[in-house]
Amino acid sequence: MTAASEYTLAELCIVAASKSFADDGEVLGTGIGVVPRLAASLAMKTTNPDLMMTDSEAWMLSEPNPIGSRAADFVPSTESWMGFSRIFDNVWGGKRHAMLGPVQIDKFGQSNTSALGGSYEKPKTMMLGARGFPGNSISHPNSFFVPGHNTRVFKEGECDFVSSIGYNPARLPKGHRLDDIDIRLVITNLCVMDFGGPDHQIQLVSLHPGVTVEEVQKNTGYPLYVPAEVPTTEAPTQEQLDIIMALDPHNQRAHQILDNPPGNRS
Amino acid sequence: MNKQMTATEVVAQLKDGMTIGIGGWGPRRKPMALVREILRSNLKELTIVSYGGADVGMLCAAGKVKKVVFAFVSLDFIPLEPYFRQARQSGSIEVMEIDEGMMLLGLRAASWGIPFIPTEVGLGTDVIIQNPDIKVIDSPYDEKEWVAMPALKLDASLIHADKADVRGVCQIAGPDHYMDDWFARAAVKTFVSCDELVESEYFHDPAQARMVHWERSATAGVVPIAGGAHPTSCSPLYGFDVAHFKAYAASAKAEGGFNDYVQKYLGASEQEYQNNVGGLDAICAIELPTY
Repeated sequence: MTAASEYTLAELCIVAASKSFADDGEVLGTGIGVVPRLAASLAMKTTNPDLMMTDSEAWMLSEPNPIGSRAADFVPSTESWMGFSRIFDNVWGGKRHAMLGPVQIDKFGQSNTSALGGSYEKPKTMMLGARGFPGNSISHPNSFFVPGHNTRVFKEGECDFVSSIGYNPARLPKGHRLDDIDIRLVITNLCVMDFGGPDHQIQLVSLHPGVTVEEVQKNTGYPLYVPAEVPTTEAPTQEQLDIIMALDPHNQRAHQILDNPPGNRS
Repeated sequence: MNKQMTATEVVAQLKDGMTIGIGGWGPRRKPMALVREILRSNLKELTIVSYGGADVGMLCAAGKVKKVVFAFVSLDFIPLEPYFRQARQSGSIEVMEIDEGMMLLGLRAASWGIPFIPTEVGLGTDVIIQNPDIKVIDSPYDEKEWVAMPALKLDASLIHADKADVRGVCQIAGPDHYMDDWFARAAVKTFVSCDELVESEYFHDPAQARMVHWERSATAGVVPIAGGAHPTSCSPLYGFDVAHFKAYAASAKAEGGFNDYVQKYLGASEQEYQNNVGGLDAICAIELPTY
């Protein structure tokens, strides 16, 4: 497949993020938010047809639903019931890979969805709460999508509230190994990263076209491991773009990254 | 046994300081008419356990709450519940912030009459460090440590169902009953508002009975209130009221905003409330959301 010449940064991120689901086999792929959902859906339509998916409400689907309002005669490919309580039965069995967007990610890969600043008793800015992050992070693989890569998200020091466990030796539960924790890809508007550097240090996996190592490091509040060779994030193919368009007919992806920039900024 | 009662009679059975579970999920199928009846009452110092939405926000704003046990409080399309945020950021309420699944385990432990359920959920995170009441214990079977999620014992639960009979057989016909079966069993007394009261014969059809998710012995009271989940959804009957939630969220931006909201909408009864939001027909005409 040849790379498309024109694509948006959101589309580049969707394709890059979809790679994280490619080798998962038969697990529930949960993408929360437009870009992660499209990434999991694209993987199900291309690299991993065995992936399982819900309609984001209460049913499992054998084909991902397009995002947004659908024609009155649209029939979802329902295959089973999957209400929220059953989601947890599946989560705790480990057969899931979630991609989520926390408000902070620290150097240990710990993330925060709960609150910013202040104290537990009186946070400065209350966010969502821990949601399912504690359980997700210790039960199954997780990836992150960050639409605005900056030092507020990738902050120095630990997260203000640690909602999900990461590679932090000081918090490692008795009888557990750091390798039990499985953080996969971190996809941002600048690059793709993982925690595969020395001692689970965050490392660059690929740079989006036109982004420099310096730019990523400047926007990350802790040292980034840079391998000897850092490839450029692969451009989407036209086939992938066509599938994304069909999965997102109302172009909600255009509103996920500030100003909807082009994918190639070089 | 005839368990039919009114919302006023439900609230008369609740006492200051009680721990109350509220069914539903965010902006979905919340027993809002019963919550509104609490808003009209003198009840105070409540501990609320909820997959929270405007139920939690309103009770906090009205000064009814001592403590909230939560994993999130959200209106979904408005991600952050405005009055819960205010309560948190002013430090006016105590909290136990836990994982969504931990709440489920706590409800199950309470339902089963056991003190805790072991889980690895929460290990390594601040939900354990910030909540010293949640203990981490050694296992008699392996060398690992485990979170002992304590039973979340409820004095009462409030739930909204689609249909119920007077004996407390409750049906949730929407696609998800969330954790309502566990809220029902975890409480000493569970009060269920329903959109429609039906004869027991209705459940003789197994396809209808299949959508009954807990035993009638777990239901202490049944309150027929058509539209009683408004402004939250009661799929498949009606969606959540986006315009109303927007007005509610906007009210939080003004000083004394909740008082204005209450003055404008709450009324002295559910009938008055429904008149103030456009009537039952308007509620029932609200489109279901697309996920």
